[in-house]
Amino acid sequence: MSTPVLRVNDLRVYYHTARGPVKAVDGVSFALEPGTRLGLVGESGSGKSTMALALMRMIKTPGRIEGGQMLLGDTDLARLDEEAMRQVRLSQISMIPQGAMNSLNPVVRIRQQIADGLRAHGIKLTGKELEVRISQVLEWVDLEPAVAQMFPHELSGGMKQRVCIAIAISLRPKVIIADEPTSALDVVVQRQVMETIKRVQEELGAAVILIGHDMGLMVQFVDRMVVMYAGKVAEMGTIRGMFTQPMHPYTQLLISSLPQLESKGELQGIPGIAPSLLNPPTGCLFHPRCPKVMDICNKKTPVLQQHDSGQAVACHLY
Amino acid sequence: MTAFLELRDVSKVFGGGLFRKKRTVALDHFSMTIDTSVPTVRAIAGESGSGKSTLGLMLLGFLTPTSGQVLYQGKEMRTLNRAERMQFRREVQAIFQDPFSVYNPFYPVDHVLNVPIEKFKLAKSTSHAQSLKEEALAGVGLRPEETLGRYPHQLSGGQRQRIMVARALLTKPRLIIADEPVSMVDASLRATILESLRRLNRDMGISILYITHDLTTAYHVSKDILVLYKGSIAESGDVDHVIKDPKHPYTQLLVNSIPWPDLNRQWGAAEIKVATTANKLAASTGCKFADRCPHAMPICGERPPTLGPIREGQVAACFLYQ
Repeated sequence: MSTPVLRVNDLRVYYHTARGPVKAVDGVSFALEPGTRLGLVGESGSGKSTMALALMRMIKTPGRIEGGQMLLGDTDLARLDEEAMRQVRLSQISMIPQGAMNSLNPVVRIRQQIADGLRAHGIKLTGKELEVRISQVLEWVDLEPAVAQMFPHELSGGMKQRVCIAIAISLRPKVIIADEPTSALDVVVQRQVMETIKRVQEELGAAVILIGHDMGLMVQFVDRMVVMYAGKVAEMGTIRGMFTQPMHPYTQLLISSLPQLESKGELQGIPGIAPSLLNPPTGCLFHPRCPKVMDICNKKTPVLQQHDSGQAVACHLY
Repeated sequence: MTAFLELRDVSKVFGGGLFRKKRTVALDHFSMTIDTSVPTVRAIAGESGSGKSTLGLMLLGFLTPTSGQVLYQGKEMRTLNRAERMQFRREVQAIFQDPFSVYNPFYPVDHVLNVPIEKFKLAKSTSHAQSLKEEALAGVGLRPEETLGRYPHQLSGGQRQRIMVARALLTKPRLIIADEPVSMVDASLRATILESLRRLNRDMGISILYITHDLTTAYHVSKDILVLYKGSIAESGDVDHVIKDPKHPYTQLLVNSIPWPDLNRQWGAAEIKVATTANKLAASTGCKFADRCPHAMPICGERPPTLGPIREGQVAACFLYQ
């Protein structure tokens, strides 16, 4: 096994509200191998987007990184000062945002928006070199050089998302975080965008963290998957292992709630609603919705344990 | 026999006026009938810009067609008198995409249920109104005591969307038009909402028009499907035929791009053809899909194809089968 490009150890991010701290990310640990694709799934409010923002160090008050490490190589991102972090952002770790529609500046041409990132990282290029670089970056994501002269409103949703990918990879980062990159796009465009991300990632040898709740997309795209529930990791392992033998009852329910082509029939949802993080249940956070709840579940919080199957699960069943 | 709702050769064009020169044809000579005597769930599928929402809004009477007719029980929509219009509003209900913005945050959620009760004078007394609300909520699997009196921000997106289903249910409609009802709801809650829509159809005999871009859920919920491409029908028919054995190249592309949550079903290796300027010309005179179609033939650029039968209960508009 190679050394992970990114290691997250016991990361905690709390939002301090008037009614007490909300533990959006509470003791999450995982490792990301270079050149691999990791999926981070969970419902809204499970802390997956907070996780992404924490890795980019873009948590705003009242949120705060309370503890833990985010090791990118040997650097702990959690300890870097603002200026050092600014230099790491985009060049080492970059993010493809969720709403591509609203992420670009509507009154600035695409070329300028790509050039801004390059310039902010001290890359000095002559006008001609810059043009070459910009068309090269656009070409990576299957866009024609002419796009550089356009404004965002002249592009379709899929093209805007590609521009965002182009900006994210313009400095060849080691880690790319994609936060629901295709949630607003329809299936054909979604597939094109995901294929673009995959190809670029393989060419750069970068690692990708794909955040989302579409398990279908995860199957098509990632190698390993982390399932988050209420700010904690419920289960993690290879995508194949998790789908053939899900261990945590939450993962089991998530997978059985998916529509399959073979089994047309009753749709099965997960009963209950996600817990309030202001006033979380005692013990295992999933126990009020769990079909296999036992006596111990509301008393003791289960810890994440590695199992023979290669998965790590936080559940008292095992 | 007159159909419950009918679109007869309807077109809708946006723009093209003095200020917005660019014309967008949202629906192009489109015909469809909805018969509620046999309640079914029909899905309208298509990508963004295919005209599926325009279709929904037109069936709800919120948009008037540029040409063609929208008929409600044989009468043209704009000639309905007051009483008929009231009846139409009661019999055809809508559920929209966004369960967040339909609520007024200053009122408890009861408000959205009270409005139709008052408007259509559904209740004889306050206690009757209460029991109607409780019945409707129970019909979508919500516990009234946990829902009534709460404010929208105290409920999850899934609960709010189910209240919208309950609201639609109050007037005992014959048709519910659901425009992307689950696209803004968490994946784990989608199944619950779709299941409650199906139950309405099965147990209460309400027809449902499910407008979506998600073929996976369309496949599970509906019996018939109609695939729209740029305002025209590409393919329609029984959902089992259309999804499992799509004939129109556009439907094939859509079905191939579904990310099935299945380890053994990888995304198709088939290349996605990108429209170029040369074949865009073909699409403007002939089949609208000609510029992206991998099977494009000379005839495709000459005239638009008409819908032709593929087999019992499946039609497609494609020259490959004509």
